[in-house]
Amino acid sequence: MARQGGRATDPRKVSQELFTLTYGALVAQLIKDYEQDDEVNKQLDKIGFLFFACRGYNIGVRLIEDFLARSGIGRCNDFRETADVIAKNGFRMFLGITPQVTNWSAAGDEFSLIMDANPLADFVELPDDHNQLNYSNILCGVIRGALESVQMAVDVRFVQDILKGDNQTEIRVKFIKRLEDALPAGEE
Amino acid sequence: MADKKSQKASIVDRPLSKGRGEINISTFALLFSEMVQYCQNRVSTVPELQSKLSELGYHVGIRMLDLIFIREKGLKRETKLLNILLFIKSNVWKALFGKEADKLEHANDEERTYYIIEQESLVNRFISVPKDKGSLNCASFTAGIVEAILVGSNFPAKVTAHWHKGTTFMIKFEDSVIARDKSLEQR
Repeated sequence: MARQGGRATDPRKVSQELFTLTYGALVAQLIKDYEQDDEVNKQLDKIGFLFFACRGYNIGVRLIEDFLARSGIGRCNDFRETADVIAKNGFRMFLGITPQVTNWSAAGDEFSLIMDANPLADFVELPDDHNQLNYSNILCGVIRGALESVQMAVDVRFVQDILKGDNQTEIRVKFIKRLEDALPAGEE
Repeated sequence: MADKKSQKASIVDRPLSKGRGEINISTFALLFSEMVQYCQNRVSTVPELQSKLSELGYHVGIRMLDLIFIREKGLKRETKLLNILLFIKSNVWKALFGKEADKLEHANDEERTYYIIEQESLVNRFISVPKDKGSLNCASFTAGIVEAILVGSNFPAKVTAHWHKGTTFMIKFEDSVIARDKSLEQR
């Protein structure tokens, strides 16, 4: 009966449970440090933003270039293409899920990513006194940071979250403007 | 709010996954390095940073403990000192890092001290330690996981990470643990 947790060891993969629980430890620490849900949401967004942007110009851009090279895609021609790359390449490569791209605004500058599974939120139940917490808000920051590294300013926010009792998890992404400068704006 | 919640099956009503899920190592590396950065901005010394990382690891370890005992041991906990150490070296390490830890050793000079040795620690793979923080070992995070599993199984101990033969986790049990284990042996 004793099952060994014997995963075939691909050196480019790591246990999803380790990842999920590690993220949980970070959120718990932020709640200890900041107490207010909306402040925790802000901090998670900020930390996610740092994933790709602001590691100094070089690293952010290198990560994105590496990603583009590995997934064999070039520059996106329009926002619709960008949305598809985020969902079908970005999310799949980094989180192993492919959210659905939908709910386009008439102007084509705003879309939703719908996820039915969220590896960040396995084992998670939000206590009643944290009903304002966007547990996976780090994803907003990651998307924002990644797009900023390709000179695109966007606004990203959670609209629905299964953890809050919604039927699905929905992230809304809105295009703001193209950034002129080759250097990403932000903290140094 | 309340009626929304009641529609949802509680997490303990859902079946437990087999835990075979995997994720891109870059994703973990990015998350972990941001966590180190976050902690670093809130402390001033290397020991403080290590204990912060260890606290975060503790949070992971205490949850991992439940998970692995339910999944692999049919809820039975280990009661012998050597068995819990072997459990960590093999089961825990496999569940977390996909392989056993390299070595488990007993200190020659001190009965209550054990070492788990790992040549290349996953969490250190993407961390370059700055020169002025030479002693910093971010595997303190893993040390926190190990400590949580020992403490949670009623083997109170302190676990620290050191740069020695790769990374060495030094486990110092409380004297009571050693005394108890001896009395068990005599039976």
